[in-house]
Amino acid sequence: MELLYKPWPWYVAGPIIGLTVPVLLLLGNKKLGVSSTLRQLCAVCYPAKIPFLQYDWKKDSWNLYLVAGVLIGGFIGGKLLNNPNPIALSEATVSYLKEKGLSDPSGLMPSELFNWHSLTTLKGFLLMVAGGFMVGFGTRYARGCTSGHGIMGLSALQWPSLVATACFFLGGILFSNFVLPLILSL
Amino acid sequence: MKNIKYLFVGIVFGLTLTKGEAISWYRIYEMFHFQSFHMYGIFMTAVPVGALSLFIIRKLKLKSLDGEIIEPPVKRYHHGVIIGGLIFGFGWALTGACPGPLYAQIGSGYLVTIVTFISAMAGTWVYAKFQNQLPD
Repeated sequence: MELLYKPWPWYVAGPIIGLTVPVLLLLGNKKLGVSSTLRQLCAVCYPAKIPFLQYDWKKDSWNLYLVAGVLIGGFIGGKLLNNPNPIALSEATVSYLKEKGLSDPSGLMPSELFNWHSLTTLKGFLLMVAGGFMVGFGTRYARGCTSGHGIMGLSALQWPSLVATACFFLGGILFSNFVLPLILSL
Repeated sequence: MKNIKYLFVGIVFGLTLTKGEAISWYRIYEMFHFQSFHMYGIFMTAVPVGALSLFIIRKLKLKSLDGEIIEPPVKRYHHGVIIGGLIFGFGWALTGACPGPLYAQIGSGYLVTIVTFISAMAGTWVYAKFQNQLPD
């Protein structure tokens, strides 16, 4: 039983994620991608006569089912089968977080950064609101995210996806090393 | 109802992202600081498995359930791949979430990430609004 609650090692999680590619293709010739659902939801909620949001979103609604599933999967993995033990981070990460005044890691997210009260602080605003905005803006501009470019595009050996994935990582490495420390010190 | 099968694929995908800790802010931090192999291990197994499956599908000329010929995606290069890619990377470092994990973070009980999610929708909307003014 304990096995159900344990986190999955990378050599289990990685191949299953990779198998999503052929499963979606075989089920319905669908290409794995998640960031397109943000466009879908914008088109549903507030198209505001913007040409980019005026399209037959219902035709592509399969991906809304996919992400509804991801939400449920998150609930199963994070709530029903959540790991009772602290996340097994490297010592370097743990000591860095301590240095930044964060308590010992528990759960999947540092709840002292990601909570409702924190939203009213500059730190929380930058992490969640500004960060989220850049995720939505950037992925649509790049026409894909870690799923569409990083997994699907790379699996199909598309070189523009390699450029995109390299930029995702370059941007992340730059911000995580040079900007995030400033935000955490706020 | 023919879309319901994608709900189940999504559940497995989301469960794997969550139990594999790919939705964890901590893990993303660790990855961008090269302090653990975990996330790289996920990418370095997911992509070859996807690529090999795609190769087999094409080699055997497999068709989808409804009999369609499976065509691999073509991703055209445009400068947004670089500019948008970098901007997404910035956001990924702060939120610890790419779009898939955005959904899974909410599902896993960190309800405040609904704000991250709505903000991501706003980002997409603003891109849509100014798409024509941005370099392609």
